[in-house]
This record gives sequence, C-alpha cells and structure tokens, in this order.
Amino acid sequence: MAQSSKPAAVPAPASDVVSFIINGEPRELSLDPRQSLLDVLRERLDLTGTKKGCNQGACGACTILVNGKRILACLTLASMYSGARIETIEGLEKDGELHPLQRAFIEHDGLQCGFCTSGQIMSGLGCISEGHASSPQEIQYWMSGNICRCGAYPGIVAAVADAARRT
Amino acid sequence: MTTGMIGNPVLRVDGRAKVTGAARYAADFNQKNQLYAVIVGATVGLGRVTAIDVASVSRMPGVVAVISHLNAPKLAYGTHKGSIDPAVGERLHVLQDNQVRFFGQPIAVVVAESLDIAERAAAELKVSYSRQQPVIDPKDPKAQQVTPDPRGRVHADRSRGNADAAVASAPVKIDERYDTARENHNPMEPHATIAAWNGNRLTLWSKSQFVVNEQAEIAAIFGIPVQQVQVVCPFIGGAFGTSLRTWPHVTLAAIAARHVGRPVKLVLSRKQMFFTTGHRPRTLQRVALGATSDGKLVSLIQEANGETSRYEQFVEAVTSATNYMVSCPNVSTRYRLSPLDTSTPTYMRGPGEATNMFALECALDELSYKLGIDPIELRRRNEPTVDEETQKPFSSRSLMHCYTEGAERFGWARRDPKPRSMRDGRLLIGYGVASATYPVFYAPANALARLLPSGIVEVEAAASDMGPGTYTSMTQVAAETLGLPMDQVRFRLGYSVYPATPPHGGSMTMASVGSAVRAACIELRRLAEGAAVAAPQSPVFKASVEQLEWKQDRVYRRENAGSGISYREIGNRAGKPIEAQGSSDHDPELPKRYSMHAFGAAFIEVAVDPDVGTIRVRRTVGVYGAGRIINPFLARSQCIGGIVGGIGMALMESTALDPRDGRIVNAHMADYVVPVNLDISNIDVSFVEENDPHVNPLGVKGLGEIAIVGIAPAIANAVYHATGKRIRTLPIRIENMLSH
Amino acid sequence: MLPFSLERANSIEAAIAVAASGGRFIAGGTTLVDLMRDEVERPARLIDINSLPLEGIRVEGQELVIGALARMSEVAANADVRRHHPLIAESLIEGASPQIRNLASMGGNLLQRARCPYFRMLDAPCNKRTPNSGCSALHGLNAGSAILGTSDYCVATHPSDVAVALVALEATMRVRGPKSERTFPVEQLFRLPNDTPHLEHTILPSELIMDIRVPIGPRGQNARYLKVRDRASYEFALVSAAVALTQENGLLKHVRIAVGGVGTKPWRLQSCEAALIGKKLDRESIEQAAQLSLRGTRPLEHNHYKVDLLPRTIVRALEMAGGLS
Repeated sequence: MAQSSKPAAVPAPASDVVSFIINGEPRELSLDPRQSLLDVLRERLDLTGTKKGCNQGACGACTILVNGKRILACLTLASMYSGARIETIEGLEKDGELHPLQRAFIEHDGLQCGFCTSGQIMSGLGCISEGHASSPQEIQYWMSGNICRCGAYPGIVAAVADAARRT
Repeated sequence: MTTGMIGNPVLRVDGRAKVTGAARYAADFNQKNQLYAVIVGATVGLGRVTAIDVASVSRMPGVVAVISHLNAPKLAYGTHKGSIDPAVGERLHVLQDNQVRFFGQPIAVVVAESLDIAERAAAELKVSYSRQQPVIDPKDPKAQQVTPDPRGRVHADRSRGNADAAVASAPVKIDERYDTARENHNPMEPHATIAAWNGNRLTLWSKSQFVVNEQAEIAAIFGIPVQQVQVVCPFIGGAFGTSLRTWPHVTLAAIAARHVGRPVKLVLSRKQMFFTTGHRPRTLQRVALGATSDGKLVSLIQEANGETSRYEQFVEAVTSATNYMVSCPNVSTRYRLSPLDTSTPTYMRGPGEATNMFALECALDELSYKLGIDPIELRRRNEPTVDEETQKPFSSRSLMHCYTEGAERFGWARRDPKPRSMRDGRLLIGYGVASATYPVFYAPANALARLLPSGIVEVEAAASDMGPGTYTSMTQVAAETLGLPMDQVRFRLGYSVYPATPPHGGSMTMASVGSAVRAACIELRRLAEGAAVAAPQSPVFKASVEQLEWKQDRVYRRENAGSGISYREIGNRAGKPIEAQGSSDHDPELPKRYSMHAFGAAFIEVAVDPDVGTIRVRRTVGVYGAGRIINPFLARSQCIGGIVGGIGMALMESTALDPRDGRIVNAHMADYVVPVNLDISNIDVSFVEENDPHVNPLGVKGLGEIAIVGIAPAIANAVYHATGKRIRTLPIRIENMLSH
Repeated sequence: MLPFSLERANSIEAAIAVAASGGRFIAGGTTLVDLMRDEVERPARLIDINSLPLEGIRVEGQELVIGALARMSEVAANADVRRHHPLIAESLIEGASPQIRNLASMGGNLLQRARCPYFRMLDAPCNKRTPNSGCSALHGLNAGSAILGTSDYCVATHPSDVAVALVALEATMRVRGPKSERTFPVEQLFRLPNDTPHLEHTILPSELIMDIRVPIGPRGQNARYLKVRDRASYEFALVSAAVALTQENGLLKHVRIAVGGVGTKPWRLQSCEAALIGKKLDRESIEQAAQLSLRGTRPLEHNHYKVDLLPRTIVRALEMAGGLS
C-alpha cells in the first residue's frame, strides 16, 4: 500500500472503446480510462442534465441509474461499465409527457435553484423502486444522500411520497 | 391590475426545464473546439512564488498552455467598483505578480485538450515559494484591529445616550461574548466560466448573480469597451451571495481563452470554492445589556469584530439592527475589522444581520432568564414605536404580530420556562425564540417588454434567479400588469445585453426588478393602445386614451364595449414587435422619511440527547411580516430554505483553517457539513398580512435574507432551554453538549 | 488522476496473477477512484474484478458467508443477513449513502483507506501517504482524529462502520493469494500505524478477499450499532459502537464491543467486555465497564470530546442491545 511520492511518467492517455445503452440508445465511444461516467455524459455526450456538484461522492448531484440502480456517476470509471444500461434525467420524459416523479417535483416545489434536482429525481426513482418510500420519515432517511443547499427537502419528500403512491 | 396573478400560489414557470435537465447552467454550455482549464493554487499561506517548472508540464501530451505571472499578459485592471465590491481596497489581480496573499490563491492555470489531462498537469506543476507565516485567526495576538474606513457604507461607531454608564448602574445586566464561525456558501453548483473570444469580443457563459457587473468588471480588467463583453447566465445553481462578485476564475478563463485562441471551460473544484469565492466572515462580538428589574432596557452595547483580507475591507451590517430592534435610551455599537492573510469575505445569506442577531437575540434570551420574564414578553416590553436611532417611523413593523401568530402556531404556552424541565422520554426538549429582521433594499432597475405579432409578450431584464423564483414572480407581475394569462408572457433574464438591473442579492430583486417590469408593461400597454387607435380597421380607431378601457387582454371603447381588440390582434396588425422600456419608479425621498425593514419571529423546538449530545431541530415555526407576497407558494419554499440554512449555521457549518499555513482543512463536501434531508422536519412558514404602501410600488420587502436571520439564535436559545447550557459559539455541536 | 491501464479479470486465478505482477484490484471504486482523482492513489494497472464469482450471500452450516463482491446495499437487504445478523445490516445502512452502497463492495469497504483531511492533501506532510514526511494532524486540526491506537506517525481514524460490526461479531475473512488461501479474524486485517502508517493491512496487494464469514448464534439477535454524529445521516462517525450480547438468568453471558471513529483501526474493547461478563445489565455496571474504554486513550488538542463521548456511546449501545433503551 506504500505510495510513491515520485511522479509517475506520463504516457499518452490510453484509449478504451466502450459501449453503453444510454436512455435506451446504444452508444459507442473511445475513452480515456480515467473518465468517469459523469464526465462522459457531460463532456462527451453533452448530456448535461446530470450535474457535477462535488466530484467527491459527497453530494449526490450526479446520481444516475446504472442497470436500474441509483449510483454516483462521479465515483465511477466509465470504462468499467461497458454494456451497462444507463438512465439519466434526459431519458425520463416520454413523448412529451413528464414522468410522474418529475411532475410531483414541480407540484410540490421540490426544488429551488434546480441544480441538485436531476440527482434528486434519479435518486427518488431508486428510493421508490427499492421500496423505501412508504412514509415521509423513511423517504428522508433514504434520500439523505442527496444534498439540497437551497433546502427544498420538505418538497422533495412530498414529491417522492406522492409519486410513490401514484406508481 | 386585472388578472389577480400577484398573490397567486402558481407553480414555477421554469419547473419543467429544471426537472428534465434542460435548464442550462454555466458549465453546461459546452462550446465546439473547447479546451479545459484547471487552476493551480498556492500551497503556502503567505509569501512569493520563486520558480515554476513550466517546461516539464508543457511537454505533457495534450497540454496546450501553462499560464502564470511569468507569461500572463499585463492586464489593464481599470478602475471598477461594483455595488457589491468593497468600497475600500483593490480586488485581487491574478497572475500579475509573484505575491501570494492567501493559501489557495491562483498562481497558474493549465489548459489542455481534456479535463483529465488538465487536472493531471495542474497536479504535476512544481512551484517553489519563499514562505512567511500568515495570520489567519482574529484572536491571534499578531492580528491587527482597524476601524472600517468611512467610505465602506457601514458605520463603525454609533451611540445615543451613555451606554457604558447606564450598563454600569443598571439593576440587571448581561455582558457576554459571542463567536460565530467563518462559513462558506457551498451552493450545489460550482463556480464555472466558459470563455470564448471572437476577435476582440468576449462571451462568458458564467455563473453570476450580477451579469452586468461581471460584464463591466471584465471589460475594465481587459481594458476593452463594455459592449465587447457579453455575459450569459440563464440559470444559477444556488449562490447565496457567492456569485455576486466577479472572482478571479472568470478573469483566468478569459486570459486562458485568449492565450490559446479557443473556447476554454474553467470549473472550480469543490475544494477551490473555499479559496477565492468569498465566505461569511467569522465574527467576535460582545453584547452588554442593562435593564430594570421589570424588564425595561436601559442600556445596550454591541461590539463586533469581523475578519477581512489584507487587500480589501469587506464590511457588513453586524451592528446595524441593534440600533432599531429594541427601545432603549442608551445604545452604543462599535464595529472593527481584522485584516488577515485570507481571501476577501463576501455577503452570505443574511449578511451582517445573521451574525448581529445571533449575539443580540441570545443576549436578550439570557436577560429574560435573569429577569424571570418570558422572552417574548421581554421583547414586547421593549418594542419601539419609532426607529429610535433615526427617529423615523417604520414604514411598517409587524414584529409583535409575528410573535403572537407564531406563539399560537407553535404552542409556546406549553413551554415550562425552567431550563432542563421538558422531556420526551430520555430526550431533553427545549423551546427557543428569536427575532428576525432585514432592511428593505432597492436599487434602480430596467426592463424591456416586447409585444410580438403572435400576441406573446416577451419581458427581458439582466436579472438572475438563483432559486427564489424570479422567472415565475416576474411573469406574474408582467401578466397582471398587462392583463394577460401567464402563458402569454415569457420572462427572460441572465443576459448582459438585457436592460441593467441591480445585483440578485440583498433581497431586492422583487422590489427593484419587479418595479421595472411593471413599468415596462405599463408602457407597453400604452404603446399598444397607441397602435390600436392608429389602425384604421381597429374597433378603437381614433379613440382617445380617456375613451379606452382594458378588460384582461382586450382594450375597448368605453361606450361601445362590444368590439375590443386584443394584444394578439394589435401585435398581429403591427406586423413587427412593439417594444417598451421601463425603469423602476422609486421615490428617492422614501428612505429619508421611513425606516424600512422586514421583521419576523422564529420558534424552534430542539431535542437534545443528554447522553450522547446529539441535537435535532424537531419543529420550526417562522412567521414573517415582509410586505406583499407575490407568490405564497414559492415564498414559503424560500423561507424553508433560509431556515434550513439557519439550521446549518447553528449546528454544523464552520470553515476550519490550519493556523500553521492558512490552509482550509475541511474544503470537502463530506467535511464541511450542511444539513441533509433527515435533519429537517416540520417547518411551518406563514406571513402576516402587511400592507406597506411606502416601501415600493409593489409593496414588497423581500424574503431571501430574513429567513435565515433569527434561526441560529432561536436554536441556541432552545438548546439552553433544553439543557441549561448556554453556548455562545457557532456552530453548536455534540462536543459542546458533553462537558458539564 | 494519473494514467493507468484497465483490464477485466475473467477468473480469480488470473486476477491474482495480475495483482502479483503489480496490478491493483478495483471493485466498486468508491474509495479508490476518489483517491486516484486526488492523486493520493496512483495505480498504473487496474484489475476490474467485478466479473468474478464472489457475489453471493449464503448460510453455510453455522456461518453466514458474505461474498467479497456483494454490494453494501445487497448485504443490508439480504434476508439471511437481516435474520441472523441485523447488526451488519444496521451498520451498513448507517455507513454510506444509498448510491454509494449500491456501488461499494464488502471487500472494498474493509480495505477503505483512513479518513484524515491531510491524507488527501498532496501539499501537506502525511506519513501514511508519503512515508517519513511527517504527520500534519498531530499538531494540526485534529478534531476528527483517533484517540486509540495512535502513534506519533499517524492519528488517522479508520472510517468503516461495518468493519466495526464485523469485529464485534468476531467475523473471519477468507483471502486467496498466488500460492495459498487463508482464513483469519477480520480484526487481524488491520495494522496499527506504529512507525509504518503507510502499511494499513496485513494482506498483500496480490491477495484477494474471497468472502467474509460471520458465526451465527444468539449473540446476533441482541446486537446494535450506534453511530453518533452532528448530521443525522451521510457523515462519518464521531464515535460509533457495535455491541452484541447474550444473557442467562438475568446475567450477561457473552458481550462483544467494538467501536469506530476513535481508533486507528476498528477497535475491540475486550476489557469492557470482561468487566461485564456475569454482571447484571444495569446502568451502573454498564457505566463502570464503559469507563474502561478510556484506558490508553491519547487525545489531541481538538478531539478531547471523543474521550467524553466514547463511554457515553458504549453505554447507550449496550442499553439498546440489552433492551434497556
């Protein structure tokens, strides 16, 4: 586990060819293995709805679904997810119809600035599908990995509860 | 005023954009052919850069440029002082010399083909320093204390009567010291700028609460005409004051983009956000109160020391509210600054008042126990009828009304006044209250309203929306003024080409921009009337203004109500847009006649675990007298947000500096702790009816700031009631609950 | 982040072989990627082990067997885990956010690196990161530092919650290396910093954790995890305690106590345990025993509160496990 303080030589970045299914669409691209799923979405595919809040795994703004589970896109190496099914905020609206959870966020004002909202909604989808949305207290507990600095928490809880009832 | 839009609890008009990910924030405006810039920050707290090993990093594949004071252009740095800049001192000039003034100060910027390469190169850059010992603690014996320069917009000293003598002779007194932590705003969105030059013209997609100031400042720094700079910021991912000023990274992005001749994207890391984007300054305060045994204040002294940088005097209103909150014949306030080797602090939600009221409202609570008088009753006995500092009447003041309403909603009567007397199982329960206040600010603003041939009205102002709902409330004002349904109005903001507005801060957006929007829409209606009476086929052709009458979106000939003409028809017949300018119509004499502030009361219930010391806020009731509420739905959200911020201030937030070198040790989202969902429960927000015709044409006082003021003292007071422990230092943490 | 190569291992043997020639395992990556981004970790060659058959959770005889690649969230939700060892589920749920729990593997959780702000700062001395460079926390801001097991070389706390529970439950772990396989108590995975804080674990980089094995018994039923922190969730522990016990005829028969947030490794408190055996579970005996946790504590300038908090946390956890609270 010893760490060398001597800087490593810097070879040209390697390039891995990786394919994903993003919001139902197959995508193939060649990646620097250092790139996170978050940076691939934002900087390579221009899917900027997923936000980089801390890049430290400590805020939840980059939450997406990978193979149906909510995860933090900033803590991943995209190359490890070849073949994965990835869902982001951009994929929720179907034929111009908002997903019930998106609607609920508007109706309960579960947002202010909107920056954490994509992550909150994707996390909320995970919370509901995991079966952790049966009471406001349970939702609070299972939604505490998503920080909202504007403090829209009561609206977020109400929105997740409402959508959980409807779905 | 016909559609009743103002006062309606309508949903956010930009809600759909925000829940679909379509809302674009600064870092989302990726440009073709864009490069990535990463800032290298100083790793000493004070000193000089003596060498930078540029060569080895420049050779790294994918690295396009390494820019430091060694090769950066000498910039004009023309005079520019925005209304949000400190009046005294000069902003940090980046890459212009080898001086290091604080830990983390930008000393170089690396530009590369990808973010990963740029980050790697920035980490690799070897910098040598000569270092000196920084002074970063206001309690350090080496820290100076200076009197704020009178140009700084905040009074250093004010007094009436003889406060020292009156305290000395008062039958009951309190004399205590308070210490509030340095805080960082930590909005969810990191500061970001994408810069692109086209010849001598610069476009900045940049996070800003004040786009016209950013435009003017960058123009001054580069010595180019203001018109050659455009700033774009339609959405802000929270800011709370940290994006009022234009910080060095904006200049760095523009330097980098010009240097490499391509668009450059520069996003601060979460860690870097702690270095150069302002912070709420730590304050050290003293409050001394003297009272008669029946609770009448005879003397009030509040002294505050705030931190600032060596190169600018940041001042805020840490003692202002003291002068008008209570009735008291002998009052003295004093404000001093400690210039330290840190970056310049800045406004953070409820600037000044939030820390001012922490000390004052805790001291009043302490006095209430000493007197054996209920803390609300104590405030009632000292409620002034006029602003005793200026002898001006209040334009409106609903503080006692807020207390009455809040006490009812909260169930204050259930409180046993004895500390450590209320329990829920093993938990100690405490109730606490505190007052909130914030001044009503206003600054001139402009707007443009444009009737399109389609009948849609576009309204534009260079305003911002960091979350309170500017898009929505301005749409409401425009729709109501014009008599249109909201879906016929498109409000746009966040572009420096739009008519200038004041900063999106100080809770003045509604009062200032709202008044301008209203004026522009009144003017547009006048122009629409003109077009309607001038068109030969119009039902109101050749009618005089006096003959016209509007009902919703149609104008009629008063005596012939049958056939009017709508905006859509007027626009359609015009065949081209009809544009109207408007400016806020504010009587500059008003502040000379009235003392204008919003007031509120915060009620808190805490539960403290006496064994392991955890403190949880179980209930909050916030009642505010803030003038007219444009959108109660969004206003409630805004106040909830301020309360959540206040819970963070009271129980969690503190930026920690290592005194050895000034480094910030907890510059990380896991280490600078802010409330999460599970920390927040049962927040009850309400507004007392307040019709204030004096403050501005819309009768609004603003909400963003006042919501955080009063929360921290109410929590501290509740903690005392629960435990008998009086904590005068923020934040109040488990460790404060353990000692006996 | 430094450049590296990434390969996916298709068999355990192949993974171990690559590791033996300098490769580094990666599973969930929640610690490793984060530290690579800060350039605290600088692996040149990563071995993605997620395809290896190390995921299952099952009961084998009197042991609950948790595959090293099982995710924190899967383990916390698993019926066998919840039936036999609710303490493990409880410590996992308190341990990270739901999103991180969906990524992080059990093996990776045990191997997560110390939590100290200076460890992450390349511009600050840190013996753990750069041997013999000094310890910045010792005389710096050390409110989060350890009070047990520290040395003048390192005072960083071990951050895992579930490791504390596993130590209390006397779990073992099975590890395979290039030549052989061995099984040993989880508690023995962790090294004290002494003068080599850069060496955190007793396994070699070429050794792969196969599974974690927890004995099943009545102790698992009276076991609780208490995590004390300023924020209600999503924060590292100031102090935590995992307690498992059994009683017979109103007297304590078995007691196991381990604590987190205070030690340079998950810290078992055998002296407290011994003081309780044969005693009645009441406030007095608990408080007396809990005081023994303070033996050998070495508080620093800013973490004296942990000396106050540690026995209080143990008392409460014992009360919870014993049904007194």
